[in-house]
Amino acid sequence: MRPTAVGTPVDRADARSKVTGTACYTVDVVLPDLAHAVVVQSTVPTGRIVRIDAAAAERAPGVLGVLSHANTPSLAEVPTFPQGPAGQRRPPLQDDTVNFDGEHLAVVVADTLHHAAQAAALIDVAYDREEAVTTLEAGDELPPSGIFGEAPDSVRGDPEAALARAEVRLDATYTTPTEHHHPLEPGATVAAWDGGRLTLYDSTQWVSGVRDAVAMTLGMATDQVRVVSPFVGGAFGSKAMVWPHVVLAALAARHVGRPVKLVLSRAQMFTSLGYRSPTVQRLSLGARQDGTLTAIVHAVTQQTSVFEEFVAGAGYISRSLYACPNVAVRHRLVRVNAPTPTVMRAPGEAVGSFALESALDELAAQSGVDPVALRLRNFAEDEPQEGLAWSSNALRECYQVGAERFGWERRTTEPRSMREGRHLVGWGMASATYGVHSEAAAARVRICADGRILVTSGTQDLGTGTYTTMVQVAADALGVPVERVTAALGDTDLPPAPHSGGSQTAASVGPAVWSAALDACSKVLALAEQGDSYAEILTRHGIEFVEGRGDARPGASASRFAMRSFGAHFAEVQVDPELGEVRLTRFCGVFGAGRILNPKTARSQMIGGIVGGTGMALTERTVTDRRLGRVVSPNLSGYAVPTHADIPWIDVCFIDEHDPHVNALGVKGIGEVAIVGVAAAIANAVHHATGRRIRDLPITPQTLL
Amino acid sequence: MTRTEITLSVNGCQHTLALDPRVTLLDALREVIGLTGAKKGCDRGECGTCTVLVDGRRVYACLTLAVMHDGATVTTVEGLADGTDLHPLQQAFISRDALQCGFCTPGQILSAIGLLAEGRATSEQEIREFMSGNLCRCGAYPNIVAAIRDVAGAQ
Amino acid sequence: MAPLEYLRPSDEGAAIALAEADGRACLLAGGTDVVGLLKDGVLAPSRLVDINALPIAGVEIRDGGLSIGALTRLSDVADHPAVRGRFPALAHAVLAAASPQLRNMATVGGSLLQRTRCGYFRDPVTPCNKRAPGTGCSAIDGEHRLHAILGGSDRCIAVHPSDPAVALLALDAVVRTRGSRKERAIPVDDLYLLPGSTPERETLLEHGELIVAVELPATSFAARSCYLKVRERASFEFALVSAAVALDVRGGVIRTARVALGGVAPRPWRARAAEAVLRGSRMTEATIAAAASAAVRDARPREQNAFKVELVRRVLTRVLATAGAGG
Repeated sequence: MRPTAVGTPVDRADARSKVTGTACYTVDVVLPDLAHAVVVQSTVPTGRIVRIDAAAAERAPGVLGVLSHANTPSLAEVPTFPQGPAGQRRPPLQDDTVNFDGEHLAVVVADTLHHAAQAAALIDVAYDREEAVTTLEAGDELPPSGIFGEAPDSVRGDPEAALARAEVRLDATYTTPTEHHHPLEPGATVAAWDGGRLTLYDSTQWVSGVRDAVAMTLGMATDQVRVVSPFVGGAFGSKAMVWPHVVLAALAARHVGRPVKLVLSRAQMFTSLGYRSPTVQRLSLGARQDGTLTAIVHAVTQQTSVFEEFVAGAGYISRSLYACPNVAVRHRLVRVNAPTPTVMRAPGEAVGSFALESALDELAAQSGVDPVALRLRNFAEDEPQEGLAWSSNALRECYQVGAERFGWERRTTEPRSMREGRHLVGWGMASATYGVHSEAAAARVRICADGRILVTSGTQDLGTGTYTTMVQVAADALGVPVERVTAALGDTDLPPAPHSGGSQTAASVGPAVWSAALDACSKVLALAEQGDSYAEILTRHGIEFVEGRGDARPGASASRFAMRSFGAHFAEVQVDPELGEVRLTRFCGVFGAGRILNPKTARSQMIGGIVGGTGMALTERTVTDRRLGRVVSPNLSGYAVPTHADIPWIDVCFIDEHDPHVNALGVKGIGEVAIVGVAAAIANAVHHATGRRIRDLPITPQTLL
Repeated sequence: MTRTEITLSVNGCQHTLALDPRVTLLDALREVIGLTGAKKGCDRGECGTCTVLVDGRRVYACLTLAVMHDGATVTTVEGLADGTDLHPLQQAFISRDALQCGFCTPGQILSAIGLLAEGRATSEQEIREFMSGNLCRCGAYPNIVAAIRDVAGAQ
Repeated sequence: MAPLEYLRPSDEGAAIALAEADGRACLLAGGTDVVGLLKDGVLAPSRLVDINALPIAGVEIRDGGLSIGALTRLSDVADHPAVRGRFPALAHAVLAAASPQLRNMATVGGSLLQRTRCGYFRDPVTPCNKRAPGTGCSAIDGEHRLHAILGGSDRCIAVHPSDPAVALLALDAVVRTRGSRKERAIPVDDLYLLPGSTPERETLLEHGELIVAVELPATSFAARSCYLKVRERASFEFALVSAAVALDVRGGVIRTARVALGGVAPRPWRARAAEAVLRGSRMTEATIAAAASAAVRDARPREQNAFKVELVRRVLTRVLATAGAGG
């Protein structure tokens, strides 16, 4: 099959609906007789509920019902990822204990949103407050039981001995704060019961995960729950798992006997959909004088909630990015009266790379080796932890092409040596890597007698371009123009697909679409000679449509090859030397990520990751009052994500990479690798500009004064 | 509960509404009139997804009460296209892929219309500064700036 | 939000009478602060008096100065040629404030009366002497990175968030007000109260007293004025520290100086000690350094906001050099 759509910059298939305002997000869903739910949350970090007085709320205008632990039925626990789809195992409204500030305590349902909000403010809760642990520093470190099935600690070689012998040594501690995803569409669910059947409209990265979690929680058969999510207003990991508000919407709808819409407020987004745990990361590097790494010890401390464990493997990147014979990685957890953290764009790698790639830059400075040369010197010819060959690895080309496009050779070595007017200019770089993931997925392709093609899969499009790439893959498999193909997704009634996370959607769903299209094609061709159009053949046979089904699952290559995406980031900052303001002025990201299905939407996704990494580097942090265990200024002025003015033009380039091992389409996945290393590249640029090594994010005027 | 009666002209249609005075213009558009193009991303005037034009000027619909706008003319994203003909900014957003999840897109487009009317789109730097009231968490900023430049250049 | 009555009078007398008649009435202009405070449950008025129908918008040139109607939107202030040409600090400050949408909504009168962004003030769950007198200040022993280093008390260290107010202070602006019994002309410098033991009282204004105009007098220093704001994000963020300065320099000697600071105090802060250093001096690096230091001589920083002391010095050093070089 000659690709004509795949690999070309086709306009986003869902763009028209989004620019005209007709795209219907969960928050926009309207159903007949729709009621509105507002969640009431705890205002203490730990303790017992002595009383929830809902009488005034129940009497308020328009109120249809109030749910609290006093009248909520017993709900089943759902395992958290990867054992199950839940973000939080503990179901809501089950008892009188409070484990964190911002825990859901009640739901008020009324005829209008306005009435529900008015009544929610009338709920009066009294607590018997207990002593809380509210910071990472205040608790005891515990070893996690596992990290997505992997051991939290690992050692290869003898890192301690290698460190002791090293010609150059570095020992530094890096910290990152609590970060929140803040998709602009808040968490939202609309629940509608029809007898014993439940339909949920939900803003989610995983329609079948929502179906399974809610069915399990409510003790229903999964085929009695349908989940619909055609448009998701951003997610970044916050909607990868199923959080308690989803089942609250279903319970509320059952309680009042009407469909119910539940939308979290922006303030509630700080406690309801997880967050990126703060980290304290100690990095010890040993190297020869020429910069060749001899030892890496990466010890990470993160937080989890007091009632369950979640940990992202921030240290794992240190095992696989560079050739180094002696590597130890250690993860520890502190239990804090805070919500359970969750995945956030490149969980693990995003924060781990800040420490590792900052440390590499420090090593480069100490050993007098250019940062790019240092990384080339430590390039891993094979995957260093397991010793497997790479399925493909374009990291060297990424360095090379990035350095050329950015003009890296014009960089002067000494810090504070480049200026633009009164501003100090700094150039920094960092490597990026993220694993290739895929899961079993299915798709259906329908060829209609009128010539239209419909491709469907129960996957999701988070703004990632899934609609578009499904259309492109189907069009190429069938040899038709993309204009003839329409995609539908985000519905558990469609063939099953995995959660849209871990950069795995294109790699999982793409091959399924390909195979479904070929199946449909062969069914039509079985009817007639080649040469006629699909429409002609079907019309001649009086057939309205034929359908092909495709199932794809990860191949056996995973055990024979190490599969990762790679990239290199180059950042230019300007720093006002007196005022400490840092502005990103130029950025170049180059990626080797297998076949790029759509260079237009893929470029956008990479820019998005770089923008997210810029926020990590310069503005984002969640501030919690350590006595109250409560977020201070829980809004988008208190949590500053980058604005237009923070982001310059960004140069994105993909290395033409053909990987025959990853999957039938050669797709590796791009969403996460884009953010990995960005914060380090910016911090390294700040060091080059100012001579100041900032090891604590974000980098602000306060840190640079 | 006292309700206040107001008339709004939204995208050329007259609406007479009797509202609790605490209802914001955004909730009036979304919940009462049924136009969901303007989004509620923060409900505090901090994200820009609710941006609409009131009497031709861009404002945050979430931070103003509907009753304050009796007799006003409101334009939302639903009122931009002329039949199937898109507004030039809508087309530029598609061509430049100036969106990802699309949730901020109606607000970005309305804000850009305001920006062009204010004559503040003369350079990329100016566009960035004067579009900073519209957050995009997917990070489509460079493409949004390119789309606005395309339209500003064509005018 | 508690139930409330909405009224939209069309003349000033009626507006003042309606506000005065109800002790829990709240005046509503641009709404950009009030509506958020209503939603947060910080304000719970029984009556909203919407003054947007009053004929008090627009910029007029008067006696060589400007009279800016209280309801003039910030974007119209910044766009006015006379403001840009003759009161540049105000144009700078307005454009550094908020976002274009908010500047299209917010009024110049309202910007003087913005409430603090202190997260504890805006969260009815937490103790706050300003919102709920006598409950205590959460910031003093809590998160106060963004709080006051000047003018605070042991009851409150919240900062005033307005950018325009800082510039208006430096430009000797006067607020014209009207109540049912009197009209007043209050210099912006006299408008604000320090928190002391009553942080809930923020200005001299009496209940129902309406700001009708903000007047900018013709001065020898307004033309050579500028505003500088430092923030973490490049745009759409409140100041860590800001400064407005205005200078009358003749024959190389500073005849008159105005120095005002934002982001550092419970009110727009007049740095009189810095002005005293500048007055009569030549604009040298030493003068600038001495003035910058004088501005924070009485600073009372705390653990998390000590950086603001140095930041004020640096901001003033920069902005004085800029203004000294010709604005």
